[in-house]
Amino acid sequence: MQRHLISAADLTRDDAVLILDTAEEMARVADRPIKKLPTLRGRTIVNLFFEDSTRTRISFEAAEKRLSADVINFTAKGSSVSKGESLKDTAQTLEAMGVDAVVIRHGASGAPYRLATSGWIDAAVINAGDGTHQHPTQALLDAFTMRRRLVGRDAGLGQDLSGRRITIVGDVLHSRVARSNVDLLHTLGAEVTLVAPPTLVPVGVETWPCEVSYDLDSTLAKSDAVMMLRVQRERMNAAFFPTEREYSRRYGLDGDRMARMPEHAIVMHPGPMVRGMEITAEVADSDRCTVVEQVANGVSIRMAVLYLLLGGNEPAVAHARTPEEK
Amino acid sequence: MDTHDPQHLPQDAQSSDARPVLEGPDIARVLTRIAHEIVERAKGADDVVLLGIPTRGVFLAQRLAAKLAEITDRKIPVGSLDITMYRDDLRMHPPRALARTEIPGDGIDGRLVVLVDDVLFSGRTIRAALDALNDIGRPRAVQLAVLVDRGHRELPIRADYVGKNLPTSLRETVKVQLAEEDGRDTVLLGAKRTAQQ
Repeated sequence: MQRHLISAADLTRDDAVLILDTAEEMARVADRPIKKLPTLRGRTIVNLFFEDSTRTRISFEAAEKRLSADVINFTAKGSSVSKGESLKDTAQTLEAMGVDAVVIRHGASGAPYRLATSGWIDAAVINAGDGTHQHPTQALLDAFTMRRRLVGRDAGLGQDLSGRRITIVGDVLHSRVARSNVDLLHTLGAEVTLVAPPTLVPVGVETWPCEVSYDLDSTLAKSDAVMMLRVQRERMNAAFFPTEREYSRRYGLDGDRMARMPEHAIVMHPGPMVRGMEITAEVADSDRCTVVEQVANGVSIRMAVLYLLLGGNEPAVAHARTPEEK
Repeated sequence: MDTHDPQHLPQDAQSSDARPVLEGPDIARVLTRIAHEIVERAKGADDVVLLGIPTRGVFLAQRLAAKLAEITDRKIPVGSLDITMYRDDLRMHPPRALARTEIPGDGIDGRLVVLVDDVLFSGRTIRAALDALNDIGRPRAVQLAVLVDRGHRELPIRADYVGKNLPTSLRETVKVQLAEEDGRDTVLLGAKRTAQQ
């Protein structure tokens, strides 16, 4: 039995619903005067961040501290990694320190999988974003936000997202958020449509369990949630669209487009937002935009994942699956 | 919530040799008695808050609240307190799904909190509940009401209100069934299968 969360595709529907339900209870802890549970007392968790990410790191750190775990933050900048140490050496150092879990963010797709399966380390591995591959806790918090807004906080318990139509817009090519969301939302029964310029659609997308469209306007009217992605300039090594204005005109979400969405539909964004390009300030600041909620929900989801992977003597989710079982 | 929890018993151990020690009318009677005892000790139950421990403790707390309301003519706040995250045996089992913690709107600060559970056994559930309460507020006092006290305490914990004292052997199981969850009200005493634990 493994105890890792590497990919949103590893979760079964029951696993995912259990995490969402557990997160709903964790969210109640945030409403209390003392936001702390003794559940992971005496466990050591390392946040191993090879790539910059303030938002995800502090979200994990808040979740770990609320569960009373001992937290070690490791950033590659200024560490022995910049002196040339390999992932294996870092892992073995952590193993020697008796670490119970590693939350890893890495620029290379597959680094968390390697860490979890190579035998370098015995700890649970949680993927906090690897290259353009996966970001499972982001997908979970997005699904949690959708379930709360579209199904209801209490009514949603035990429910999935069957029949909901989700549109994911923007830089799909570079987005681990899009990949993770397509996997998880499909598992939860939602219909996903990706909308992007043809140059920002990855090769092999036809094998993903989703639709692809190049026209945002035609999908808006039938969407229950529209998720805008950040255009990842730092990963772009070529010109994928003519100008920012052109991108914004065709794929940006403004007030007019939002007005064409169904009344109950919500606007999501994993952050950080580039206002004026993928989303206008008017949309970003509206009641239908869930960006701030997503941040709060992120802590609840990460608490749930940490509890379910580390709270007992064996994990309650993400059982090891051999390739034949997948 | 301990080994008396029927969810942890194999199906066959629940049926074959289990015999009822309390039936529906008995359970109603002991709850009425406990309600009167609470009113007597709390001198009117003005500041009483009932907190049930999931799953069956919550139903018992709701029934007690209804009886208290009848006696005192006042609405008694009732909630539930999940103690899973506070258990001291978390690392000995896979993590459980969490149940609902619902604290009445006015909170528990300065109130007399009566914890309600179905079976009092080792006392570890109640220890966890006291820890959980500590994180939620500061009650004036905490009391404990249980339907069945089966003994075998591992901690210095004692119930204030007991429906029935049931001296048992560790080779026996106590199973509480309530209409809300199981379709009927009964307390069953059975023999534990050695293979199960």
